[in-house]
Amino acid sequence: MIKTDALVIGAGPVGLFAVQQLGLIGLKAELVDNLDKIGGQCIELYPDKPIYDIPALPECTGESLTNNLLEQIKPFKPNFHLNERVQEISKENNNWKIVTSGKKIFLAPNIIIAAGVGSFEPRKFLVKEAEKFENNGVFYSIKDKTYFKNKKVCIFGGGDSALDWAIELSKFSEVTLVHRREEFRGAEHSASVARELEKEGKLKIKTPFQIKSIEGDKKISGITISTEDGKIEKIDTDYVLGFFGLIMKLGPIAEWGLNIEKKTIPVNTENFQTNKEGIFAIGDICTYPGKLKLILSGFHEGALAARACFKLARPNEKYRFEFTTTSKKMQERLGVKKGD
Amino acid sequence: MPKITYIEHNEKTHTVDVPNDLTVMEGAVQNNIPGIDADCGGACACATCHVYVDEKWFDKIEKKGDAEQDMLDMAFEPNKFSRLSCQISISDELDGLVVKMPSKQA
Repeated sequence: MIKTDALVIGAGPVGLFAVQQLGLIGLKAELVDNLDKIGGQCIELYPDKPIYDIPALPECTGESLTNNLLEQIKPFKPNFHLNERVQEISKENNNWKIVTSGKKIFLAPNIIIAAGVGSFEPRKFLVKEAEKFENNGVFYSIKDKTYFKNKKVCIFGGGDSALDWAIELSKFSEVTLVHRREEFRGAEHSASVARELEKEGKLKIKTPFQIKSIEGDKKISGITISTEDGKIEKIDTDYVLGFFGLIMKLGPIAEWGLNIEKKTIPVNTENFQTNKEGIFAIGDICTYPGKLKLILSGFHEGALAARACFKLARPNEKYRFEFTTTSKKMQERLGVKKGD
Repeated sequence: MPKITYIEHNEKTHTVDVPNDLTVMEGAVQNNIPGIDADCGGACACATCHVYVDEKWFDKIEKKGDAEQDMLDMAFEPNKFSRLSCQISISDELDGLVVKMPSKQA
């Protein structure tokens, strides 16, 4: 069990900055994120897209913003728990007990939900048989590529994951790559490698096709694909892989007894607390009159939530407002304390 | 003010006035019309504001950019009339526009 002052759910820009604000006032934080990397939407959705409205940063990208925030919170050495989704929370005396999908357990007086639109999960096939075969022939990620050795594999998608895995698996499996249009949106180089492999007969490419059905009883025997004009083809296959990117889902947060309005959590703007004491919501996931879904608003929200966390984490201490320019304590925490 | 008609998958129809320069997505969200999620808030980054534009209107709308085309790969059951509604700006020329929502966004 990990004890901490605040558990932050979501390692996007707002969650990261909240860690900085907590750290400055002497509170320790642990971060949990369902993605395998730090940065949230900034990294997953738009790492290269320019952002122009971060105060004092005329231009940055999702990636550079994330890297800068990581640099900024370095002195506070937060622990990241990636690939973990918070599943359950329960009250234990003055603390919240938090259990993740990987069965990690945290005990903290404060939970800060900075979960954006929810956790990222793979976008799935929408044909009804896909669910029946999920993890038994239908996969959305590859953990061990040798599993597919000498098998027939159909890969769906037009991005980098689909192209890269089609190229990789074609070395030792019989691969068919299916995409809904002629163009691939993945790296040009990968697309041309795939076309080259197709010419050499090492990879089959089917465009513009989408999945229509999956056949099989206990295991997959084949699939049917179709074009928009109704052209139908059948393919014998052992495995079906879908790489359609990620989708955001609110997930278990909806089951914690928090007020939810249109997939967002109403908060008190004095401290960004939800309807439960010790649970705060900041960033895109919170709502209040006048709420703007901007990263900069999330920074402000985190600053106020952090101060509120102090009261619950240090009930016997008095919080004192200080500036980083002059506070020796804060400078010590930042590791920048200069000699007098 | 341009009138935009949104047809839910169950054929329920909503016709609302949407001011110029808002997007078709914003018109739906601000009028509480179900069927458009717009998880990313209009950044062309999530494909959950996917609509099928009425055939008669499709060519009257400014063509989609590469980013939208790529993102549509992620949409649920896209077809040749698919667009992301956050990328369609309302103008007087689009008065009367009809869009249909897919059975789900994801």
